[in-house]
Amino acid sequence: MITILGAGVAGLCAATALAERGMSLRVVDSGAEGAGASWLAGGMLAPLVEAESAPAEVAQLGASAADWWAARVPGVARRGTLVVAPPRDRAEFDRFAARTTGHERIGPERIAALEPDLAGRFATALHYPDEAHLDPRIALSALAEGLRRRGVHIRYDTQTDPDRAEIDCRGLAARDALPGLRAVRGEMLLLRCPEVTLSRPVRLLHPRFPVYVVPRGNGLYMVGATMVETDKPGPITLRSAMELMGAAFALHPAFAEAAIVETGSGLRPAWPDNMPRISKARGRLHLNGLYRHGFLTAPALAEQLADTFAPTRTGVWRCG
Amino acid sequence: MRLYDIEVASRLLLGTAQYPSPKILTEAIAASGCGVVTASLRREGPGSGAATGGAGFWSLLKASGARMLPNTAGCHSACEAVTTAHMAREVFGTSWIKLEVIGNADTLQPDPFALVEAARILCSEGFEVFPYTTEDLIVAERLLEAGCQVLMPWGAPIGSGRGLRHVDALASMRGHFPGVPLIIDAGIGAPSQAAQAMEMGFDAVLLNTAVARAGDPVAMARAFGKAVDAGRTAFEAGLMPPRDMAVPSTPILGMADLGLGGPA
Repeated sequence: MITILGAGVAGLCAATALAERGMSLRVVDSGAEGAGASWLAGGMLAPLVEAESAPAEVAQLGASAADWWAARVPGVARRGTLVVAPPRDRAEFDRFAARTTGHERIGPERIAALEPDLAGRFATALHYPDEAHLDPRIALSALAEGLRRRGVHIRYDTQTDPDRAEIDCRGLAARDALPGLRAVRGEMLLLRCPEVTLSRPVRLLHPRFPVYVVPRGNGLYMVGATMVETDKPGPITLRSAMELMGAAFALHPAFAEAAIVETGSGLRPAWPDNMPRISKARGRLHLNGLYRHGFLTAPALAEQLADTFAPTRTGVWRCG
Repeated sequence: MRLYDIEVASRLLLGTAQYPSPKILTEAIAASGCGVVTASLRREGPGSGAATGGAGFWSLLKASGARMLPNTAGCHSACEAVTTAHMAREVFGTSWIKLEVIGNADTLQPDPFALVEAARILCSEGFEVFPYTTEDLIVAERLLEAGCQVLMPWGAPIGSGRGLRHVDALASMRGHFPGVPLIIDAGIGAPSQAAQAMEMGFDAVLLNTAVARAGDPVAMARAFGKAVDAGRTAFEAGLMPPRDMAVPSTPILGMADLGLGGPA
């Protein structure tokens, strides 16, 4: 019986990949369901857009992420990503276009055809048609449900001795075993705004951190996320809230009337090069440092990890 | 170069924001040869990381070996800047402070009035102040009167990458304060612009975005290190004065007459 620590995106993907290889396992998390950083993720499967600031390996790891998720959980939307910028940030927009591939530069008519609510608001946009997005909460719940249905025990709010586990996916909580792992705080908003209809993630260029507005359906939008080099926990700050709200408002003024359904903040685990990795420490395997690319890179890393235990998959478990 | 009685080997100072990763930041610092890095306290302060034993951003930066110049980036009043400077002194354990008091959130232009006020307070409290200012000579004089021994005039607005926008005014400033270390801060977008500042006799340049947001920040850091060296060496070597007319570098007197000349 393999014990996996952590029921965030890394732990549940690893558990799924191992279970699909017929391995017997259990998942233990010291926190409540939905208490970790994964619950607050944007859920963009946007390897091409992320390549603007991430190493090429992240895009390679993420290339098959949409297929992996779509085969297992509901709600994976393959509608691409849009990148827009206010007119004054045109130079930044051109830089972004030059630093990424797989996009086409589209004008007002195509923008209006893709996202009617953005008609007349932006003269130009970058469209990455091959990208996808999902709702992280639906996806994690579906993976957990799929594992449970096949007899895998997932225990939340449960303390266990880490040294007796085989696989550690605890994120920042594994920091004592992983020197060099640091926290990068992220903050997000959940808005309800039925007045605005968007069908794909829109990234608004911002001088300090990437801001996405991600549709969750039913008039709900996730807006995130900040990047702050600190391991300070606690609620979203006024400045971060203002910046995220300002970005949403700049995208569409109707967001001014949005209800703020939720605010959140979490601590992303990151290595000094901001690349995720599988490593061995304290006698167990660690999958950690997923930084801002959890849903993008966890599937490929989970498969790599599972390969070291059992190279052959016996089936794909579709859940939900 | 001496800054407040500290001998600093490199004439390039780097900001530490906006890098793709801390690893690339530390590699860029090493590649540039820079010996001083600025650090903002406002949101990403150290302290919290140390308590939990984590290897945070600050411990990575410290490991680079560069000297820390904390700044008051984002402060909009003298009072706010003074408070931030106090916190920075405590956290970073240095009396150096890059004093930034922003007058306008959109242009990030320094507020000279609040700057002089804050400089006066901080100098009297024993801080060694590096004020981010414009090329205005009277403001510069007031800052020196307040006790500043280094001035940091802008090249162009922060993050704009426009280079030295007011070359004549900066040249006047250099000429007016021959003995004061002058560091061009902000607006440098290309190594050629950094070299230009150094050729003009400025003591150093401070930049961030041009390296952090380059396609390859480490290679760009190396390029800036070379440009700053080249510009300084050229200044010390003595640049030739520009002329309006061509002057042949090879004397024509005594040239062979090949009989190919004009009409006899």
